[in-house]
Formats: sequence, structure tokens, C-alpha cells
Amino acid sequence: METTGQRSRFWRRTGSRARRLRLRTRIILSFVLTTLLLSALLSVTVFALTRQNLLNGRENDALATVGFNASVVNRRLSPDIESEALQNLASTLATPEGSRPVLRVGGDWFQPSFEFEQGDIDERLRRTVESGKPARMRYRVRDKPFLVIGIPIPGHNASYYEATPLDEIEDTLGSLGLILASGGGGVTLASAAVGFWASRRLLRPLVDIGKAAQSIARGDLSTRLEPGAARELVTLTDSFNDMVGALQHRIAQDERFASEVSHELRSPLMTLSASVEVMNTRRAELPERTRTALDLLTEDVNRFEHLVEDLLEISRFDVGTAELDLDVFNLLEFVENAVSATSPAAIPIACDPAVARMRVRADKRRLMQVIDNLLSNAQKYAGGATGIFLYHDSMEIGPKVVEIAVEDAGPGVAADEREHIFDRFSRGRQAVERGTTTGVGLGLALVTEHVGLHQGRVWCEDRSDGLPGIRFVVHLPIAVS
Amino acid sequence: MGTRILAIEDDERIRTAVRLALEDEGWDVLEAANGQEAFDAFSDTPADVVLIDIMLPDVDGFEVCRTLRRTSDVPIIMVTARADTHDVVAGLEAGADDYLTKPFAPKELSARIRALLRRVRTPDSTMTDMRFGQLEIMPEQGAVTINGEEAHLTKTEFRLLVELATNSGKVLSREVLLERVWDLGYFGDGRLVDVHIRRLRTKIESDPANPRYVVTVRGLGYKLQA
Repeated sequence: METTGQRSRFWRRTGSRARRLRLRTRIILSFVLTTLLLSALLSVTVFALTRQNLLNGRENDALATVGFNASVVNRRLSPDIESEALQNLASTLATPEGSRPVLRVGGDWFQPSFEFEQGDIDERLRRTVESGKPARMRYRVRDKPFLVIGIPIPGHNASYYEATPLDEIEDTLGSLGLILASGGGGVTLASAAVGFWASRRLLRPLVDIGKAAQSIARGDLSTRLEPGAARELVTLTDSFNDMVGALQHRIAQDERFASEVSHELRSPLMTLSASVEVMNTRRAELPERTRTALDLLTEDVNRFEHLVEDLLEISRFDVGTAELDLDVFNLLEFVENAVSATSPAAIPIACDPAVARMRVRADKRRLMQVIDNLLSNAQKYAGGATGIFLYHDSMEIGPKVVEIAVEDAGPGVAADEREHIFDRFSRGRQAVERGTTTGVGLGLALVTEHVGLHQGRVWCEDRSDGLPGIRFVVHLPIAVS
Repeated sequence: MGTRILAIEDDERIRTAVRLALEDEGWDVLEAANGQEAFDAFSDTPADVVLIDIMLPDVDGFEVCRTLRRTSDVPIIMVTARADTHDVVAGLEAGADDYLTKPFAPKELSARIRALLRRVRTPDSTMTDMRFGQLEIMPEQGAVTINGEEAHLTKTEFRLLVELATNSGKVLSREVLLERVWDLGYFGDGRLVDVHIRRLRTKIESDPANPRYVVTVRGLGYKLQA
């Protein structure tokens, strides 16, 4: 029982596949997030700096030009200048490509371009300039970005404005933004790929150890880990391999111990049973008291034989050396033979027509013990089995599963004991209360082990017809045809 | 002089108890404590049946079995510790006719001995010689020849061959062969049949891996084909 517990704990521990995936996802995610953060920071910085640079350059150029043009206008302005000349002047001012000059003299406006007119000058800018201070402002006119610079020409109640379109810079910045964004995206994707690859590399030793542990748990004790490439891993793989080696050694020792005990117990038993038989041959010649003593001796030698058999059988499960010796045979025929070989009284066998012709692949010796132990359990605690039921239904219990059930008309098993009666040396409360001493309490535990080795299961429940008693049900996935 | 059984067993207490029980069954029992004693005893007075414990102090039981087999077709019963170990197959391959696991009931041993000593079943008192290709079986003389040369079969191998031959062309299941050759019921060990078939093939087949006479019918049993 202890070993079963250890085994299931072990499985639970190695079975956390989800955690491994989560660890891997975490690694990939941290790669991606770090890259995303860094590339975003870099992109934003590059973008901001470039933008600042471009705008400053353009602004400086524009300021220089505007300053020059304003001085030209200042020189040309005279109180008697014609408005036509002023219009010409505005048109001929040398502006860098695309700049739009706007000239105000008194209340008149001169503007050669329709793209930027007096109405497009921002109110606040105009007021600042008219109050005698040069000013510049960036804003959009009809969805086009402009840098507008205004310079007052105080002597003539005039001001000169120049609007420099910034759409070129905006286009450049747009392209730059696109390049940075797609670059950042690409880098992030690449980092995800690197993260994927690196996490696989990093986690491979862990995955290998997990696989090795699983293979060991399945019983392959020759499993060893390849020494890792990295120096840090050598310690790990070495100690893992040492541990498995120690385990293997230990199991081999246990196995030897079981077989030595087997021999040691069998020898005296052999002498005992042969001697008892010699005495029994002369039973009639013995005095009454000696005969009674001989009967007791005979019965207990038999019990002892069974106990030793069962103990050795179960120890093979514990050291993991129990193996199936498979045969193909007709199930009904087998059960009929098993019943007549083990049970003195005839027990009715109810057989589903689907089972009557069914051949199964199973270990005969173990299946025989399953049936024998269930029948003797019924014999010991319930006055004998009342029926054996063989059943098969693809839809209900599975295509390969056959059901073997044994019912008795005894006192039954309390609901809270139905699991425990399969434990070793557990005989159930009723059995103990009745003072039955013939059971050794290994029969049902062995049934569980044999059934488990066939990948089947066994349990007990109320009788199918509702009458008092108990029904032991065995499901075995052994059907062949 | 009754039927002599040579019991080879190193544990003196077991040997004595088994001897007493077997004598009660009406057999004469010779004892040997180890391999050497066994060889000496056997060459001195050949036994009718040999009982060998595989755990012996000097030469192991398999070796004793093989050595005896080189010169004799005496029925041999192996005594092993467990039925589900490889010991059983190893013992049968070494030439044993049957096996028992310790502790066995002496009455069971007696039944096995009687089965081994039984003569070939004779449905009619006279059994005619049978011929299959180059294989000739002469039940009256208890002899088998292949390509005109005599094949040395043990009594059990011979009974097995005769059983297959009298039913030639028909498939005999392992259960049927266990019943007819070893007197064992439904729960007899099928490995007895398998190993004996294997041994039989090495003696009568030119290529035991691809048998011409004794063929396996998968999942059903064995048959002798003409």
C-alpha cells in the first residue's frame, strides 16, 4: 500500500506539464517585452531628435530668409510707394522653395500666393507682430503644416510674414516613424524567435530530466541522462544518474532479497508439507489426540503455504518485476474450468451471449488467481458465491472491456469499507467481529494488483438484484474477438 | 524391484521427508545431495525417473539435467522456486520433461511421475508405423527415423510426436496436448508444450526455424503436416 501511495505521488509530481509550458512562455514573454520596451524607447528618441533637428534646421533657414526679406522690404518701403510696386515687391522677394510671403503695409495686404493669405495668419501671431515684436508659430492651414514667422517693420506701419510649409518634414517624419515602427516590430518578432529558441535550449536539460524521470517511473531503470554540454549541467546530470544508479541497485537488491526469502521459506515448507503428508497417510493408526493435533498442523501448514505464496507474489509487484505472461483463450471456458478447479460446490455462471464465444488475451495464472481469490473471499465471509456474471458491451463499458462479477448472499460490506477491503491485511469489520481467522487479508490486495497489471480495475458494490450481499466487479480490457 | 526415483536435493530434511512420502506412494527412492553424487548414483543404478532441484551447491540443476540428457532419455522432473520465472523455461530447455514448484504435495509429484512413465497411448493394441515424407515413426519399437537415421527422442517428446502424428493434419491446442501427453488439466502450463515442440523440432526438422513437419498454427496450437 505504501508503495502504491509513493507511486501515485510520484506521478502527480512528474505530471505537471503545464508548469513547464508556463515557464517557457514566461521566458519568451520577457524577451518580447524587453525588446518591445527598448525598441520603443529607441524609436521614440530617434523620432523626437530627428523631428527636433529637422524643424530647427528649417526654422533657422526660414528665420534667416525672413530676416533678410524683411530688411529688403524695409529698404524699399517709402511713404509714396505704389501698391502695385508693393505687390511686385512681395512677389519678387526671394523665398526658399515653397515659402509664402505676406506683406502688410498700413491696412493693405500683399500676397502673391493663394495657398497662404492674410486670413490664414493666426490672430494671436498677428497681434503680437502688430504690437511690434517678431514672432513665429507652427500650425496647420487647410490641413497643411506651416511655420509662420512675422516681423514688424515699425517705421512704415508694416509687417512682413512668411509661411514656410512643413509638409515635407512631416512626410519625412511619417516615413521615419513607419520605418522605426516596422523595425521595432521586426526586432520584437526576432526576439520572440530568439526567446523561443533560447528557452528551448535552456529548458532542454529540464525537459530531458523530466522525460528520463518519467521513463524511470515507468520502470525502465536503465535510463540515464546524456552529460550536458554546459558545465553547470554536468553536476546535475551526474547526480541524477548517480541517483538512478543507486535506485536500480536498491531495487535489484530488493529483488534478490525477495527471491532469497522465497527460497528460504520454501525449503522448510517443503519439509513440513511432505512430513505432514507422511503422517496423514498413517492418520488412521494415530490416537485421537494426536489426530486432532495433526489436523490442526495440516490446516496451518496449508495456510502458511498460501500466505508465503501470496507474500512472494505481492512482493514481485512491489519490486516492479511482475510481468504478464499473455495467452489467448476463450473466457467462458476458462471461468468454467477455474470454478470447477477451485470451488467444491457448483456456482451458476451467467454469461452474456457476446462473451460465450469471446476470446481474450490475458495472463491465465493471474486471472485464475483473481477468480480463485474472489471465490474464496465469498467462501470465507459469505458462505460461498451465489453467481458469476460475464458481461460485455462495447458502448457501455468499452469495446475491449469484459466484466467479470462475483456475487454472494453474505452480510455485505459497509459503504465506508468498500475501498479499504482491497488494502493489504484488511479483512473488514464484520469479518473481525465474527472472529474469522482463516483469511490472511492478502487475497483482495492481490486481485487488485493482478487486475491493475492487466490495466483493469476492480471494485465492490450492491448486488444487481438488490438482495443482501455484495458484488465484486472486475473490468479487464482484454477482449480479442 | 519397483520403480526407482532418483531425488537430487541438497537439503537433507527435504530429501528425507520427500523420500518418506514417495515411499508411501510405492516408489523406490534413491537420494543424491549434489550433482556429483547424482552422476555416480545414476551410472551405478539407472533410475526410472529423476527429480532435480535446480538450486544445488556444486553443479546447478540445469547442468545436471543437460549432462543426464546426453546419455539418457530418462524422464526428468525439475523442482523450481517459482512458476513465473525464467527458471521453468531454462529447465525445460535443458531437457526436463515437467516441473513442479516448491513446496509441492508429494501426491502431486506421484501423479506427475505416473504420467511420465505412462506408455504411449495405444487406441488399438497394435499401432502401425507412420510415414510423413522423410519422417518415419514406429510406435511399436518406440523409434523415429528422419532421412533413414534414428532421431533420439525422450519419452515425452516421443509421446508428443505420436499424438500429433495420429491426428496428422488436425490442429491440436496446447490444452489438448497437455491433457493427452502430461495428464494435466486446463490449467497446465502451456510452456511445457511450447518448449517440447521446440526441442522436438531440433531433432526432426532440418531447419527448426522453418519447420516442415511440426508447424505452429497461430493462436490455435500445433499440427503435424504430411
